[in-house]
Amino acid sequence: MSPTLVILLVGCTIAAACALVGTFLVLRQMALLGDAISHAVLPGIVLAFLISNERSTLPMLLGAGALGVLTVFLVELSHRTGRLKEDASIGVVFPALFAIGVILVSRYAGQVDLDLDCVLYGEIAYTPWDLLYWQGQSIGPKALWVGGGVLLLDLLIVGLFYKELKITTFDASLAAALGFAPTAVHYLLMSLVSVTVVGAFESVGAILVVAMLVVPPATAYLLTDRLSHMLGLSVLCGVLSTIGGYGLARWLDASIAGAMGVVSGLLFVAAFLASPRHSLLSRLLRQGQLRRDMHEQLLLLHLDHGDGGLPLAEVSRRFSWSQRRLAKTVERLRARGWVEQSEAGLSLTPDGANALEHSGQGPLRHGPEDGSSVTVS
Amino acid sequence: MSLSSPTTEADDRTPTPADDHHGPLASGQPSTHPNPLQHDALTDRHREPAIEVHDLTVAYQTQPVLWDVDLCLPEGKLIAIVGPNGAGKSTLLKTILGLIQPITGWVKVFGAPYRRRRSWVGYVPQRESVDWDFPTNALDVVMMGLYGSLGWLRRPGKAHRHKALECLDRVGIAELADRQISQLSGGQQQRVFLARALAQEARLYLMDEPFAGVDATTERAILSLLQDLRSTGRTVIAVHHDLQTVAEYFDHVVLLNMRLVAAGPVETTFNTENLQRTYGGRLTVLTQAAEALLKARAEAPKLQRGGPG
Repeated sequence: MSPTLVILLVGCTIAAACALVGTFLVLRQMALLGDAISHAVLPGIVLAFLISNERSTLPMLLGAGALGVLTVFLVELSHRTGRLKEDASIGVVFPALFAIGVILVSRYAGQVDLDLDCVLYGEIAYTPWDLLYWQGQSIGPKALWVGGGVLLLDLLIVGLFYKELKITTFDASLAAALGFAPTAVHYLLMSLVSVTVVGAFESVGAILVVAMLVVPPATAYLLTDRLSHMLGLSVLCGVLSTIGGYGLARWLDASIAGAMGVVSGLLFVAAFLASPRHSLLSRLLRQGQLRRDMHEQLLLLHLDHGDGGLPLAEVSRRFSWSQRRLAKTVERLRARGWVEQSEAGLSLTPDGANALEHSGQGPLRHGPEDGSSVTVS
Repeated sequence: MSLSSPTTEADDRTPTPADDHHGPLASGQPSTHPNPLQHDALTDRHREPAIEVHDLTVAYQTQPVLWDVDLCLPEGKLIAIVGPNGAGKSTLLKTILGLIQPITGWVKVFGAPYRRRRSWVGYVPQRESVDWDFPTNALDVVMMGLYGSLGWLRRPGKAHRHKALECLDRVGIAELADRQISQLSGGQQQRVFLARALAQEARLYLMDEPFAGVDATTERAILSLLQDLRSTGRTVIAVHHDLQTVAEYFDHVVLLNMRLVAAGPVETTFNTENLQRTYGGRLTVLTQAAEALLKARAEAPKLQRGGPG
């Protein structure tokens, strides 16, 4: 397998796995919990490492998974006291656990071959050469096995418990009343997040994991109104960020993880600007359209009351509009054949009068091709 | 049938299981779902109250919310829970549903703990309790009412979609099935919640402020739905805020202010003295309005009320 293919496959499996669980984190307004878990598992990794005395993946995954669940438990505990809000609880718990991890690493750094930089930043570029051995035989890059395993596990759990995850996320009290233990589902999801994060950050680093957990689901959230589509779209966004990021990194000769993070951010910005319903752009466009409609209607109404014609200068004086706004409004109405300009000034055409009559109270509604649907009766 | 259509009940008989086949709940299409009213327990239905609460005390941290409440609510009535803010009304509902563990006391639903009666009870939470920006549509939310009968792991199918659509139709918004829930008005959102409860095909409905923040049309529609439910022997217990409509809408009333002030038929319980004990002295105008309404209702023939009055 070529190194490029390995890097892309590792990136895509991890991005997909993170997107699946990240979707539910974002919907539960717990996006930061992924961040917290990705840091707080450090002591678990170190302890697993010290106990098992080898740098194999399974004990580390288990140790990290256990710490992940402990993180969630501690956050819930401090949150449930009613003294701390959820975000503050997260902020209290994870630095403490992470710091313990840092102390453990520095205290035993001599005895263990564990690099803090590697844990935090990972390096996806090395994954093709970190091979997994089975009975002395190489069976391919380790990151690919871990990533694939984590992705399969996520697919399995999210697939099996889709309905339960959905109802506990949307309406926990109904879920509880119907007998779907929301707390159990919560811990199931959080265990899954822990395992996913740990499996992922060994290859791509904690920072990129956070980006992959949160950014693709947040992007998908802007693009769809259905949970199932949101899951699919976040996986797609994650995969696109991976592939695009790899291309960008090759082009710039820069960090692959960094480039992937940048591309996922760019995708989010694109969705934010261009999504059909939620976006800034469509909102601005809609507002602009409403404002233009309003101007046209005001002008038509005013001309309707004036007899004969109204000189532009007079309209400008009465409306105190800018020259540009007046000119543009008149131009649009003339293009539609609703007003005409003669020597006496601006006046309403029969078409314009008709359009005004049909517009009722609201802003003028035009036909698909600029009022072509409006005809003289 | 649509929620907004006039109520079809006119008879004054005690509802029997047989009525279900003609009642509004089954109108048009025979229900394929087992009717909880046709349960074996129905034979002795008058022996078991819908809700029995004994010595119930609930506290958040050390702050008591409900204090030593004893309550027995009959089946087949529309029952309002009334009281000032922070009186523990929602808490009472949530405790009945097992969402909150009491410090002392117990709750029985049709003579058994709630967890053995889950499928008999439908729940309408407060509208603000969920995130309406959740990526889902109206039909999907209604389908959640069917999750209980599905149990763990099983996925809803075509029949469930059909059933959910029927329930949306019954609250009069079938045409909004595909609408994203944030695009619904407050009244429409409330109807979605009611449709979801209908999908639960329950015998007892617990509703947390079903009339809160809805327009007049929706309010009438919801009332008509509640009356339909009653006419087929269902029980509805609703937290209610509008004192002026209590006497008009409900049969029974529970007056609550941390302690139980009074509970019983509206005619005997919903009076100035009890209201003042519930709200303190702060209630002159509303009390008088309620009194006036009660008087008006006593004089008028009981048009609104079917079933066992």
